[in-house]
Amino acid sequence: MVDLSVSLAGVSLKNPIIPASGTFGYGREFAELYDLNILGSFSWKGTTRDPRPGNCQPRIAETAAGMLNAVGLQNPGMDAVLREEVLHIGEIFRGPVIANVCGFSLEEYAENCRALEDAEQVKILEVNISCPNVHAGGKNFGSDPRSTAAVTRAVRGATKKPVFMKLSPNVTDIAEIARVCEEEGADGLCLINTLLGMRIDLNTKRPLLANRTGGLSGPAVFPVALRMVWDVYEAVPKLPIIGCGGVASAEDAAEMMLAGASAVEVGAANLRDPWACKTIIENLPGVCARLGVDHISDLTGGAHHG
Amino acid sequence: MKKTLFTLERVRRLAGDIWELRLSGDTSAITVPGQFVNIELPGKFLRRPISVCDWGPGSLTLLVKEAGEGTKELVRLPAGTELDVLSGLGNGFDLTRAPENAVNTFLVGGGIGAAPLYGLAKRMLAAEWKPALILGFRSQEDAFYLEEFAALGLEVHAATEDGSLGTKGFVTDVLKTLPGCAYLLACGPTPMLKAVHALPRLTGGQFSFEARMACGFGACVGCTIQTKKGLRRVCKDGPIFHKEDIVW
Repeated sequence: MVDLSVSLAGVSLKNPIIPASGTFGYGREFAELYDLNILGSFSWKGTTRDPRPGNCQPRIAETAAGMLNAVGLQNPGMDAVLREEVLHIGEIFRGPVIANVCGFSLEEYAENCRALEDAEQVKILEVNISCPNVHAGGKNFGSDPRSTAAVTRAVRGATKKPVFMKLSPNVTDIAEIARVCEEEGADGLCLINTLLGMRIDLNTKRPLLANRTGGLSGPAVFPVALRMVWDVYEAVPKLPIIGCGGVASAEDAAEMMLAGASAVEVGAANLRDPWACKTIIENLPGVCARLGVDHISDLTGGAHHG
Repeated sequence: MKKTLFTLERVRRLAGDIWELRLSGDTSAITVPGQFVNIELPGKFLRRPISVCDWGPGSLTLLVKEAGEGTKELVRLPAGTELDVLSGLGNGFDLTRAPENAVNTFLVGGGIGAAPLYGLAKRMLAAEWKPALILGFRSQEDAFYLEEFAALGLEVHAATEDGSLGTKGFVTDVLKTLPGCAYLLACGPTPMLKAVHALPRLTGGQFSFEARMACGFGACVGCTIQTKKGLRRVCKDGPIFHKEDIVW
């Protein structure tokens, strides 16, 4: 019997598999399909203080081995989430929830974190400083170490819950960003968010997405995400990492953990196969057996040693 | 929603880039005309959403227009190919919202938009509704399924842009000649839907929308549109929207 449980900054997960923010809504659509209690956790849709309609259509484009999205943080706003979704999540899931929190100013990030303080089921705050589809003063906070530090400090002072900064891959040196997060008191990191990309429609000779650019996800980004998890694990070995990017199988999840992840988010795979997380979880014991580990947590960082 | 394997039984070219695909598999998740399926294709990350033309126990008919690489490959797959299909997606047409007086109910389709109207017509006729059908095509060469619709016992009007078949012009040119008020059940390209929606003397109608989708079951909110009731997902809250709720 393989022990699939993992720990993220003191929060116990029955297994390392977490549907990634933006691919799982607030759980409603998937609760109709399978019992969400099989999941380690889930990261809800990035939530801002105010309701957001998101970007214009089209917002989705296909790529080789993946997709671009430019949804633009469509969400009902923090009040509606606290009022409607938090209660509903309690009915469909008993485990720890990761709240993906977004903002357009340091004050908004702090305010959104404070707003979740009494939401007991929310055990981890995943602070999204890396959405490529919204623009605060031309770039996102996570694209620069100084603004990353400022957000980390602001949220650290606003909550007692563990804070995981969700990092952007669209940076020169992700290890430097990770170190800044550690210095400012982050409890962990989640990486990567989507890679900035675009497609052009040959019929119109114009960008396919109304937003011009979008975030690339899917199997295409897996090796990039894996390399970044590797680099960040080397840079901040004490911080737990949630590895995210292109994971589509239990084998991919194991690779992520061997690169340094303590838990693994599954994103675009849920959109192609709504039962993807369930299948991955079912296949984890077999992969652990093949790798010769009794505790899946023993995989974390395993590729760095020996 | 169900995820099951369907077997491609037969592929038939109907007109230039329009194909009829007959599949066999578990259709129990399909309950209402106007719903769609989302088909996984080898080598493609996103599934291809295709509206259901008709279905029976164990059988599914789809009409597919070659729109891009994926659909081009789909219609050229050999019989016997197994396809991973999410079925029973979307809300479908709601006949409880259509008026009892069936005389003035019209099914309106443009191009490949004719597809879901076939399953709809069949079920309306079985329930003793007698809607009339108006289909628009570019020209006679592009027309398809007119005999199939006529065989159901439906009054069929056609409009072609070049006048090579039926009324010269658009479906709106046929609708304008009809007396009295009308309730429409429509599927077609956005400019057609918009023109039809703007017709005077409409008592109401249901309009099937298209959008670029990722998941097709409401999770990614990639296909959200603005409606008078707020933001709605074309895949999960639609693809059918009611006249009074639509914002262009």
